[in-house]
Amino acid sequence: MSKPNPTDRWYSKDHEWILDRGDGTASVGITDYAQEMLTDIVFVELPPIGKKVAAGEPLAVVESVKSVSDVYSPVSGEVIGVNTALENTPELVNRDAFGEGWIARLKVADPEELKTLLNATAYDALIREEKH
Amino acid sequence: MKKTPLYDRHAALNAKIIDFGGWAMPVQYTSVIEEHRATRANAALFDICHMGEIEVKGPQALDLLQFALTRDLAGQKTGQVKLSALLNDRGGIIDDLTVYKMDREFYMLVTNATTREPDFQRIRSLLEEKKFDASLSDVSNSTGKLDLQGPRSEAILQTLTPDDLKTIRFYWFIPSQVAGIPAIISRSGYTGEDGFEIYAAAEKIGAIWDRLMDAGAGLGMKPAGLGARDTLRLESGMMLNGQDITQETCPLEVPYAWLVDWSKDFAGKTALSAVKQAGVRKKLAGFEMTGRGIARHGYPVTKDGRAIGFVTSGTFSPTLNKAIGLAFIDAECASPEQAIAIGIRDAVSPAKIVPLPFYKRLK
Repeated sequence: MSKPNPTDRWYSKDHEWILDRGDGTASVGITDYAQEMLTDIVFVELPPIGKKVAAGEPLAVVESVKSVSDVYSPVSGEVIGVNTALENTPELVNRDAFGEGWIARLKVADPEELKTLLNATAYDALIREEKH
Repeated sequence: MKKTPLYDRHAALNAKIIDFGGWAMPVQYTSVIEEHRATRANAALFDICHMGEIEVKGPQALDLLQFALTRDLAGQKTGQVKLSALLNDRGGIIDDLTVYKMDREFYMLVTNATTREPDFQRIRSLLEEKKFDASLSDVSNSTGKLDLQGPRSEAILQTLTPDDLKTIRFYWFIPSQVAGIPAIISRSGYTGEDGFEIYAAAEKIGAIWDRLMDAGAGLGMKPAGLGARDTLRLESGMMLNGQDITQETCPLEVPYAWLVDWSKDFAGKTALSAVKQAGVRKKLAGFEMTGRGIARHGYPVTKDGRAIGFVTSGTFSPTLNKAIGLAFIDAECASPEQAIAIGIRDAVSPAKIVPLPFYKRLK
């Protein structure tokens, strides 16, 4: 069973979360449901600081023993920070996907874009559908 | 997709199912790393019913196999298993398969899942060409196979069989019983650990699975999927047919030169001799990443900026805690300690050639 999806953030259909920091920046990670699907995360490729991404473009790469998966940026923006702890402990994503397993911090280009994403309730419904 | 007789058991265990060469197979039950470590530390049970079994019978069964396969089987004893290769006329490997000598005029070939039909057709056409007095039958559908692997395999299996398993040496087998069901118990496997391959009637294999699951529960045994099977075999330096080896690969380019007996005639020998004369230009070599990232199948390999080949298998090694792989590269770059580089997405990451296997168990 995956952990409940926190109500303080937004979700993408590709199973990323984004948490608005209220200062024009936001943290991005993958959901607990996503890490559960991947299992055994053994490598995270972090983006370079300063990288500009458009919504829906690859931001990072998460690898399990068997698979390689892109992490897409939920909104457009510029990378201003990355979770360097994942370089040596990628399993933080498995352990705490919504917290210590965060991947990158973005300077958000257009805060209005956040509102186009799913809230926790809508994301819950998406997962339920996928499970069927 | 085809299902093995154990499919419902995998579904009940919540396994993640994938398509493996047309078969719906469990890739993992809980976690590849957990299942991998259980195999190295205790034991694991694998559903291998998708692999093929072909029976060869008749007065000239041995003559047929001596011609069809590269290995010299003349000295093989009843009860002994031999790994061998089946080649096409270009000297390429159709399959790497095991040969079980059941009796003087009776052999069982155990083929890879995806090569079962090509193997059967190749051997049948060689039989017809040379008019050997032998018959072939594909018994794959009626034969079930389980692999029980890991240091505690013997203790687990011994509780269910009347025969003393200690008497079975590595790459030998006995006709026996498991849980009262007639079965072939072979001391062999594809993980680099001690263990057994068990063959029984397809309709009885579920009962054997259930009894082994019960017997292993208290000894740390887990069911394991193809994900762990792949990381286990790769750590042990074993190749995967269809991935590390294709019909374009000859035994001299991969660590299979030892399977070839040049003193006898065998199908594909003419082409293979020509390769031997000319010398191989490509070789399969083991490598480990010295830089960041995990090499994967198909990634390009370079040396000093020059393309030298590609990765055939690559993964994160749960035992060694590093990224390892096999690459098919220019022969002169394939010796241990040579520096190479792997193209991983937009980056080029350093790696070095290492001797195989990556992992060897302590006897």
